[in-house]
Amino acid sequence: MVPIKLKGRTIARGCAEGEVLLSKDPISFLGSVDPKTGIVVEEKHALAGKSIRGKVLVFPHGKGSTVGSYVMYQLKKNGAAPAAIINLETEPIVAVGAIISEIPLVDMLEKSPYEVLKDGDLVRVDGSGGYVEVLGRSAGNTEN
Amino acid sequence: MYLTKEEEQTLNGEAGETLRQAIEILVALGDIYGADRLIPIKSAQIAGVSYKTIGDAGLEWISDLEGRVKVPAILNPAGMDLEDWKRLRISPEFAEKQKAIVRAYEKLGIRCECTCTPYTLEGFSVGYGDHLAWSESSAVSYANSVIGARTNREGGPSALSAALLGKTANYGFHLDENRVPAVSIKVECPLEGSDYGALGYAAGKVVGSRVPLFYLRDTPGKDELKALGAAMAASGAVALYHVDGVTPEAKKVTFEVPEETIVIERSQIDEVYESRGGAGKEPELITIGCPHCSAAELRRVAELLEGKAVSKETWIFTSREIAKRYPEYVGTIEKSGAKVVCDTCMVVSPATNSYSCVMVNSGKAFAYVPGMCGAEAVYGSMETCIEEATCTEKAAGKKEKKAGGSH
Repeated sequence: MVPIKLKGRTIARGCAEGEVLLSKDPISFLGSVDPKTGIVVEEKHALAGKSIRGKVLVFPHGKGSTVGSYVMYQLKKNGAAPAAIINLETEPIVAVGAIISEIPLVDMLEKSPYEVLKDGDLVRVDGSGGYVEVLGRSAGNTEN
Repeated sequence: MYLTKEEEQTLNGEAGETLRQAIEILVALGDIYGADRLIPIKSAQIAGVSYKTIGDAGLEWISDLEGRVKVPAILNPAGMDLEDWKRLRISPEFAEKQKAIVRAYEKLGIRCECTCTPYTLEGFSVGYGDHLAWSESSAVSYANSVIGARTNREGGPSALSAALLGKTANYGFHLDENRVPAVSIKVECPLEGSDYGALGYAAGKVVGSRVPLFYLRDTPGKDELKALGAAMAASGAVALYHVDGVTPEAKKVTFEVPEETIVIERSQIDEVYESRGGAGKEPELITIGCPHCSAAELRRVAELLEGKAVSKETWIFTSREIAKRYPEYVGTIEKSGAKVVCDTCMVVSPATNSYSCVMVNSGKAFAYVPGMCGAEAVYGSMETCIEEATCTEKAAGKKEKKAGGSH
């Protein structure tokens, strides 16, 4: 397989790898995610009941209270934060939260992450370089 | 976004980790909003102070930072009166956390006066055209609209980053083109006092985040403008408004008349006052001072309370500096049994959560009290609020407090 590299925009620097977890829904870190465990507790959310811990979390953009930035920091301190974030287009709450929590974040990829990535794919997010690299496909993804 | 050589070095960590993170935040926001560069600011006002809103997460982040602010910086209201927190029955656990937050900010060189009206303080003067990084929505509205300074509504971390760097990203309300009014609001009826807060409450809902240009019959004073802007920033997301012939930018700049015109009728303002019928409850707590009382407002409260005794819990919020400057007003108010409370307000203090119905003379508090304090809100003028506070007949009525009225 030829490694797929997708260029995007740097929001938060740093570099991390992890398995992809896709969310079609926006995320409000205040109220939607348990800061101790990283489990999504918002009922009816696309990720309800799932853990974002250690994942490369893909979601369209943030929503809700600005306190969400601090909750991301708390997740990080509790070891429950995502390894990296990919957004369609980041807004300030998530951008600030990712920077203070040192979670690499890239947005505005040249191709939609929802078309290119599947849950369980192993990817590297290089926030400093502003790109995402697909390192391995999940079982069940026939493109591997 | 263009960065100077020194800014590039800071971004690469050559000035330490705190400043690296600070400039990374400003650059990320600048990129999101299309800023061309960073610009110097005159002062910062930092949100994210009340333990009720930022919790342990915020406390941890602020405590981990190092360094000193480069411009005068001040804090938003906290969750309690920092000196006399016991009086409003704040729990010792909350008080400890709240003090830890303020100490963490103080360590960074920030003035630990917690107020939403920093423009009234000594040494914190703001002038026309000054660039700022302020957070609190009513202070932002006042600085932009009543003073003609320029600030976006900064989140806590971005305002703190701006203070540490002495700069902010050049976008939004820092630029002329974003300060042009997008909608006209015509009000034909006469207005006075708390009518402006009620007008702001009604206008914010229809204006959203646009810049309105008001055409009013009367000429509002500074406290009336403060109330108007605070309410619009709460019921809507208005960070800048103009009043034809009154606010400084509307006097200096010839704006084109916006295409869209909204007329606000007296009946819409009356609706805010009539909320009382809808609440179906008697106010248990009377609060004045959102935003924090100016000297003139504190004097008016003192005049209204002189020689009277309150029969209901009554809190008057102001900044510590104003309270210290006018001990005679504070003395008169406290003699009536009402409490003058500093550093906090009815919206961000957990003390309010013990009451089920709160009377306010503020369009902003009227918008926030139900959601943030779990209490119904009733709107009235300052005079009506004081009448309610001192009325003896109603005091005999049945009072119900949820959660036993204490923490």
